[in-house]
Amino acid sequence: MDLSRKKKIFTALVLFVVLAGCIVLDVVLPSYHIAITVIKKATVYALVAVSMNLLNGFTGLFSLGQAGFMLLGAYAYGVLTIPVAKRAIVYQYFDGGVIHFSLPEVFGSIFGTAVGSVIGMLIALLIGGILAALMAYLIGLPVLRLKSDYLAIATLGFAEILKAFFQWNKLGPVTNGSNLLKSYPVFDHATPYVILAGLMIAVILLLINSTYGRAFKAIRDDEVAAEAMGINLAKHKRMAFIISSFFAGIGGGMMAMYSGTIAAAPFKSAMTYEILLIVVIGGIGSITGSVIASFLYIISSEWLLRGLDSGTFLGISAPGVFKNGFRMAVFSVIIMVIVLFFRKGIMGERELPDLLQKRSKKKKGAAK
Amino acid sequence: MSDNVLKVDHATMQFGGVVAVDDLSLEINKGEIVALIGPNGAGKTTAFNVITGVYQPTNGAVWFNGKKIIENSPKGKMKKEYLGSNGEMFKECIDPTPDHITKLGMARTFQNIRLWKSQTVFDNVLIAKHCRTTSNVFSATFRLNRKEEAKQRQEVDELLKIVGLDDVKNELATSLPYGKQRRLEIARALAAEPSLLLLDEPAAGMNPQETEELTAFIGEIRKQFDLTIFLIEHHMNLVMDISDRIYVLDFGKLIAQGTPEEIQKNQRVIDAYLGVAEDA
Repeated sequence: MDLSRKKKIFTALVLFVVLAGCIVLDVVLPSYHIAITVIKKATVYALVAVSMNLLNGFTGLFSLGQAGFMLLGAYAYGVLTIPVAKRAIVYQYFDGGVIHFSLPEVFGSIFGTAVGSVIGMLIALLIGGILAALMAYLIGLPVLRLKSDYLAIATLGFAEILKAFFQWNKLGPVTNGSNLLKSYPVFDHATPYVILAGLMIAVILLLINSTYGRAFKAIRDDEVAAEAMGINLAKHKRMAFIISSFFAGIGGGMMAMYSGTIAAAPFKSAMTYEILLIVVIGGIGSITGSVIASFLYIISSEWLLRGLDSGTFLGISAPGVFKNGFRMAVFSVIIMVIVLFFRKGIMGERELPDLLQKRSKKKKGAAK
Repeated sequence: MSDNVLKVDHATMQFGGVVAVDDLSLEINKGEIVALIGPNGAGKTTAFNVITGVYQPTNGAVWFNGKKIIENSPKGKMKKEYLGSNGEMFKECIDPTPDHITKLGMARTFQNIRLWKSQTVFDNVLIAKHCRTTSNVFSATFRLNRKEEAKQRQEVDELLKIVGLDDVKNELATSLPYGKQRRLEIARALAAEPSLLLLDEPAAGMNPQETEELTAFIGEIRKQFDLTIFLIEHHMNLVMDISDRIYVLDFGKLIAQGTPEEIQKNQRVIDAYLGVAEDA
């Protein structure tokens, strides 16, 4: 059996095991179990991290606007899906808001409640993505002329402005000002998150391996050469920025689904840094790395290290040391160790199928 | 006039007070190999950068296949700074980006090799085909362009065979020996399907044997791809061997032009290269 076939089977096998494992967990565990919560959050972060990797790792554009685009996606999802009956309570300070329809209900009346509401939710996600993409186009016009750190600062500033803008009281009838958006429909189980994020990541992977993805990598490696070989820098950078923001927007919508409430405040720059951290730990330029790192990050910060904050960790009870904030201290040390020992992140630039290749290469060496 | 592939028309490139290229006019006919030589700092690479759209000339125009592709005249601050004699000759402002010019059929290599470092040899050449891609990002992502993609891959395979790099096609571009990297850069330029190939010091850093191989290689690809070639070079053996005509630049000014024999005898060229005694 040749290597590329082996790789395909290996990849398919891993994906199958992951999906099957997730479905089993969904059936066995109640939806409020920490494992389910972690899977949901990690898949959302994985999607956003991959979208950031598309921009930072594959196109070489150092952008820190991810939280801003997620915010757009989250709000679009919430605003479009809150049931009409509940709008009066949610928008209690704004006379029930100005929007008097709910996509899941609209589609529910056409296709039947169960199927229709899922379609409505997916379309709301999609609209969030499109809004983020539109915003990326507008922001990109002036901002993409900048390079490296300057681009990072400009996009970071944009995200902060957007956050403030959404809390503006005058926009209350739509965004509910600085109050929470809630009561919108969400997926309780983890499997829909895994499937949705998996599909989105698959699309990004297809893009990266297409002729346009190759052009992005050429821009990352050497802009001057890329331009000289007929790659229009402005067009391709804009394209990468828009596509990345689109998926960040969808990720934001899923984030809203995961958390159950939407406010502008959590979409702060710290969230972008978390995602950047995941991208760096996973390996800049590796999709698999981003996914693995986001699971490691979320599992350890939300679950495994929880005990460090609450008194007991690994059976050791030391309420004097293990109190609020200690978790973050340990976590920072772990991250430093990872960065020191894996200079290029966990995966470097390798992807899932390459794991197999490394092993077979070693075997070859052993045979010789 | 119409058989000119490239015509540079009174081009001046001025950076503030420094005149890097001064009133340069040259013509290259179809099928020719033309060399641009001159001492270090004469403005040869700047001239290339003007032709390929990297720099916008201060004044002047460039014609490609009978079509004006670049034109500019001094404006704003440069109007005062500009010292040229032909300031009023040009009116329009045509300022395409380099990728636009490459699409018109002009491809170049670089003085210091600029390959895409994290890519394989095959991908380096394949990426250059991107500018000929007609499918949009959606059809490319969802693999609706299989035919085009397969065709491009096949063309790249053929090209790599012709240039003799097919045995290393899956290696990283940077893992190749220096001479092969140079060859790969030329192959990459050829993949963009140019009619005019600009080579910026293709033999830089090569030993005599490698230079000889390169000379033969340039001759071969000209025939095989029906190319016109414009090159900058310091290796005089190579230049005198393959050039049909030579232009000589010194301090941004064109000081001589002609066949290799004429240039070898030209006193101004000899002076520029060897220097003239102060008290002579």
